[in-house]
Amino acid sequence: MAATLVLIEHDRQQVKRPSLHAITLARQLGGEYALLVLGHGLDAIAASLVSCGASAVIVADDAALAEPLADRYAAVIAQAAQKYGAKTLIGSSSTFSKDILPRAAALLDAPMVTDVLALEEVNGERAYRRPTSAGSMLATVKIEGDRCVLTARATAFEAPAADAAPCPIERFDFDPASLPNGMQFISREQRASDRPDLTEARVVVSGGRPLQDPETFERLVGGLADALGGAVGATRAAVDAGMAPNDYQVGQTGKVVAPELYIAMGISGAIQHLAGIKDSRIIVAINKDPDAPIFQMATYGLVGDLHQLVPQLIEAVRRG
Amino acid sequence: MKIVVPFKSVPDPYAGPGAAAKSVVNPFDEIAIEEALRIRERGEATEIVGVTIGPATVDEQIRSALAMGVDRALRIDDSRALDPYAVARILRALVAKEAPQLVLMGKQAVDDDSNQVGQMLAGLLGWPQATFISKIEFLENKTRAQCTRETDGGLEVIVVNLPAIVTTDLRLNEPRYVSLPGLMKARKKPIEVLTCEQLGVTVQPLTTTLSTARPPKRAAGTRVESVEELMVKLKQEAKVL
Ligand SMILES: Cc1cc2nc3c(=O)[nH]c(=O)nc-3n(C[C@H](O)[C@H](O)[C@H](O)COP(=O)(O)OP(=O)(O)OC[C@H]3O[C@@H](n4cnc5c(N)ncnc54)[C@H](O)[C@@H]3O)c2cc1C
Repeated sequence: MAATLVLIEHDRQQVKRPSLHAITLARQLGGEYALLVLGHGLDAIAASLVSCGASAVIVADDAALAEPLADRYAAVIAQAAQKYGAKTLIGSSSTFSKDILPRAAALLDAPMVTDVLALEEVNGERAYRRPTSAGSMLATVKIEGDRCVLTARATAFEAPAADAAPCPIERFDFDPASLPNGMQFISREQRASDRPDLTEARVVVSGGRPLQDPETFERLVGGLADALGGAVGATRAAVDAGMAPNDYQVGQTGKVVAPELYIAMGISGAIQHLAGIKDSRIIVAINKDPDAPIFQMATYGLVGDLHQLVPQLIEAVRRG
Repeated sequence: MKIVVPFKSVPDPYAGPGAAAKSVVNPFDEIAIEEALRIRERGEATEIVGVTIGPATVDEQIRSALAMGVDRALRIDDSRALDPYAVARILRALVAKEAPQLVLMGKQAVDDDSNQVGQMLAGLLGWPQATFISKIEFLENKTRAQCTRETDGGLEVIVVNLPAIVTTDLRLNEPRYVSLPGLMKARKKPIEVLTCEQLGVTVQPLTTTLSTARPPKRAAGTRVESVEELMVKLKQEAKVL
């Protein structure tokens, strides 16, 4: 038995670190929690999770789960929640969780709260804080009943310590033949990159519309990111124009980042973009328009043409 | 093929801060409507049914959907503050009644930002789902659909059996503009109104918003005059380099 199940995400080689932050929310809720991993060939991944303070690492390992197809993943997750008597199911906010967990919630007949930022108590009852309207509002939400599904925004919860005594790894047995079979995986874009993951990087450099084309974007945004050992992000405008791939998009409908240093170049500062960068510690904005809204929230603002300033900045960083 | 497109009326996300925002069709749902129209224009769909849940004040957004070109528009009359799971349960009843081969809808509403309804609806119906899509093509005499999904790790391609629930991301298409004559014509088209009772569903929302507040504002920082000054600040004041 475990009060809470935390769904852990991985890329077949290793656990995705932001997904561990959901464990911190499980700890704050109190009670025992178990970690749940689905996939195929999970021995090493399961072994890497035993010190996270969970009561168990529950592993659903089968060829039928080799790819994260929502219909079968949600079915297995709902079965596991029922078997372990878990009232709360948690994942971290990612496209993986957002695809699968609402479906699991429906199978469990449970309500769901997306993007939990913090726990609150209102009149002695548990409530959840979450952003709405591109982060321009914070809502405090209450749930009826004793079951719920939550996604934790990774930037709002610390990474958990992994220093607990090792817990057991338990196999979750299910009947693969009984799983839904209406979805088929075809392919996934493979893009090798030496750069850190956008949601985990200490430094993120992002570019907007005036970066013009993929070459200029890579030379200036990529160049500065590499000089700083950082990750690359982009606005929707830059992605829509084909300068950068979709998974670089930062903001309301892209990724949420909270690095030590966020550098925004040629970015106006629309609320949908700001929604994804608000919690960065230091924000630097480079923009030729002195009235650009981004300057209202940047720690340091530099007014000027990025085509001149960014090469100088790359030089300066390289000099050290 | 019949397509059902559920859509929500939301405050205009392009309205500047502080401006009294007028209501619009949720941008993601507008993209779903546009895609349904394109599927029909390619001869792959015969009927598009738009549906929204709300009081009569959302009729203006229903007119926009009709003006864009949906064939029929339905409003399920309910003025409560519904949560995504309640919306999904109401839509399940509607989908059972309409029996479409495809439900196309936005991946999230830009006011609530929950990103749940499509996936919940798929779970309730036991239908396949393709979420956050930027491309859709029909295969094998429209018994299956191949969808490209925008995920955190890049693009992913899956094939789903129909009927299915498909949710749209921003890059699927650019919705057409609604012309004034189109809007005038849409005023004459009927809006069917249904109640939850008529659909045979009783749902209570299971989540309640107790309060809302503005997040703390990030204070504006300082202007620097040059790259050199920026470097000094980053090293000595912010200590990030
Ligand atoms: C439903 C919805 C969801 C959205 N989700 C997102 C999201 O997740 N992420 C996101 O980013 N956007 C999102 N958007 C889009 C958002 O509203 C803005 O349109 C977008 O962020 C603008 O991108 P930008 O800053 O690159 O472009 P612009 O707004 O065009 O700004 C370009 C800036 O570059 C400056 N500039 C131009 N030339 C130079 C130069 N030579 N040197 C220096 N500066 C220069 C200009 O002064 C301007 O400030 C969403 C919109 C909607 C409606």
